Amino acid sequence: MAATADTVRQVEEVTGRAYKHGFVTDIDMDMAPKGLDETTIRFISAKKKEPEWLLEWRLKAFRQWLQMKEPNWAKVGYPPIDYQDLYYYAAPTQKPKLNSLDEVDPELLATYEKLGIPLKEQEILAGVVAVDAVFDSVSVATTYKKELEKHGVVFSSISEAVHNYPELVKRYLGSVVPAADNYFACLNSAVFTDGSFVYIPKGVRCPMELSTYFRINAENTGQFERTLIVADEGAYVSYLEGCTAPQRDENQLHAAVVELVALDDAEIKYSTVQNWYPGDENGKGGIYNFVTKRGACRGRRSKISWTQVETGSAITWKYPSCILQGDDSVGEFYSVAITNNAQQADTGTKMIHLGKNTRSTIISKGISAGRADNTYRGLVRVGKRAEGARNFTQCDSLLIGDKCGAHTVPYIESKNPTARVEHEATTSKISEDQLFYCMSRGLSTEDAVGLIVNGFCKEVMKELPMEFAVEAQKLIGISLEGSVG
Amino acid sequence: MALLEIKNLHATVDGKPILKGIDLSVEAGQVHAIMGPNGSGKSTLSYVLAGREGYEVTEGSVRLDGRDLLEMETDERAVAGVFLAMQYPVELPGVTGMTFLREAVNARRKAAGEDEIDAMGFLKMVRAKAKTLGVTDDMLKRAVNVGFSGGEKKRNEILQMAVLEPKFCILDETDSGLDIDALKVVSEGVNALRSAGRSMLVITHYQRLLSHIEPDVIHVLANGRIQKTGGKELALELEKNGYADFAEAAA
Ligand SMILES: Nc1ncnc2c1ncn2[C@@H]1O[C@H](COP(=O)(O)OP(=O)(O)O)[C@@H](O)[C@H]1O
Ligand SMILES: [Mg+2]
Repeated sequence: MAATADTVRQVEEVTGRAYKHGFVTDIDMDMAPKGLDETTIRFISAKKKEPEWLLEWRLKAFRQWLQMKEPNWAKVGYPPIDYQDLYYYAAPTQKPKLNSLDEVDPELLATYEKLGIPLKEQEILAGVVAVDAVFDSVSVATTYKKELEKHGVVFSSISEAVHNYPELVKRYLGSVVPAADNYFACLNSAVFTDGSFVYIPKGVRCPMELSTYFRINAENTGQFERTLIVADEGAYVSYLEGCTAPQRDENQLHAAVVELVALDDAEIKYSTVQNWYPGDENGKGGIYNFVTKRGACRGRRSKISWTQVETGSAITWKYPSCILQGDDSVGEFYSVAITNNAQQADTGTKMIHLGKNTRSTIISKGISAGRADNTYRGLVRVGKRAEGARNFTQCDSLLIGDKCGAHTVPYIESKNPTARVEHEATTSKISEDQLFYCMSRGLSTEDAVGLIVNGFCKEVMKELPMEFAVEAQKLIGISLEGSVG
Repeated sequence: MALLEIKNLHATVDGKPILKGIDLSVEAGQVHAIMGPNGSGKSTLSYVLAGREGYEVTEGSVRLDGRDLLEMETDERAVAGVFLAMQYPVELPGVTGMTFLREAVNARRKAAGEDEIDAMGFLKMVRAKAKTLGVTDDMLKRAVNVGFSGGEKKRNEILQMAVLEPKFCILDETDSGLDIDALKVVSEGVNALRSAGRSMLVITHYQRLLSHIEPDVIHVLANGRIQKTGGKELALELEKNGYADFAEAAA
């Protein structure tokens, strides 16, 4: 996470101002008891001092959720989740949970070491030091916020945005992913705790990459995160989510929702590196990541690209999608999904072509090792009105060992005869020849695998912002450790 | 003491004996050639020295600078100074030549406890060496060996050798697939790397290469054994008579 490295460096450089602004919400307390009913939702909403409309919105979602069934079409298997046995609201923990790095799982520390994460950040990540303890004297967030304000860019927690920009939130929340879109999104709509809100005004090119890491209390966005990004006409923003360092969480179930809206000539680039704890070799204790991410290219010539590197979680269920409404709008999906040991990933995208001359590109690289299962599931739909729509899809799978699986499930639906949809798929293995060739030049088995896999993923990796790419490359090597030899 | 000392080396592939007692010692600074008919075990010997999986040593010893080579993993041997320019270089899709070289150099530096190499200085050094071997910038930016012609692949192997500066170089049929001009460039590259501290084992089927890279000693390998050892004149003799004598001797 070079972004954080930068952040810490700047903390050291900048002096002065106490940390006052930023994104810390002023809730100071307790948690809701286990279980989920309307009282829980009222409790969450009250704690956040939400307006009535939002409470109603949550309750409506909850009532719909009660009528829905958990989906089972994905190629993933897990024991049933008891939704009454979960906590839905916990106050941000202000105190570190551990006293020193000595109390942290040595395996986790070894991984931080390999990723080259500075000691100070290791302490934050491992929960030895509360984030605000480090950022106490100086606030990088404040510095950044000033710069953003100068350009009129809004980047805040969604809870704050509800109060500060009620019109924008009300207009766009749920406008891309309706509350009842699917089981997990519906649950999120009812109980979401926090997340980010971004608004880029007309004609503004956001002067920096936005990273959730600038948000000081990011560690507590919780299991039901909600993100909303709106790029007004002619605006541009690049948003980075996640972190290469392995993240642990007591909450097993994560069901986030991300909504993107791009108006005329706007562009949103959304990059994710997901490295949630995958569990032990048997997947025990790993995170279930059920995410709904969708972008609407509402305006003409608008563009949304999703780039993701998925290496973590026991189960990943995720389909970042684009709705190409505006004529000449463009959707892109670049994905690397790595599964090792007992991990399961069912991921892909949906490109919905509604406007004329809309174009989409899908590049998916799935890597499986161990006993892992990796499925690409993609839908390309071309509506009646989408004259001249184009899609190009390329799905490549790489297998390491012979106990893992890779599956490609493309769905194509075209209602317009002028549309052109192309699909290419390959499956390959890391060959013994390649490993020997690399090792005969001095690379260790692990470095050789890392190099070969990074080569395989290159078309996707080059879409990542520089600061993410270097660490994501290392991460790929690390996620596959022990998969060969 | 010789730089490389092979004693009574026996090796099998898939349980089949291929090397049947090889004795060979190469002094520092010397270039030895190994000639022999197809299937005589030349590539097998090169793989055994480099430590390829599946090539099982059943008897004998190999020492580099007095260290037991057979105890080491493939990558450890490379770091210790063994380099194999392969008969069939392997494609690495998506891995650029420059990245591959940098990773290889950094692997050595890591083993020596040094920091990673300075990227800019490295780039300059590689470009300079590439130029003398006719390896273009474009080739360095392309994925290793992907879509390379036979000649480009071989030049690329020698470039790796030039950059990694190994102690002991094995060149397996580096001349195959090269036209006369390419052969010249490659041979000049190899000759430029000859030095007092570096030894080479040049494997070839034909005498042609040896008029460009003049060896100090020539061995004839047939049926898994060194059948004859001599000077330059041996190559000419083989050119005239072929390997028939040895094939018979072996049978
Ligand atoms: N991977 C392998 N599997 C089975 N047999 C092999 C393998 N490699 C080499 N051999 C056999 O070993 C013998 C020697 O082969 P090789 O070392 O390639 O000879 P050369 O390089 O002299 O032409 C041949 O009979 C060949 O068929
Ligand atoms: Mg051969």
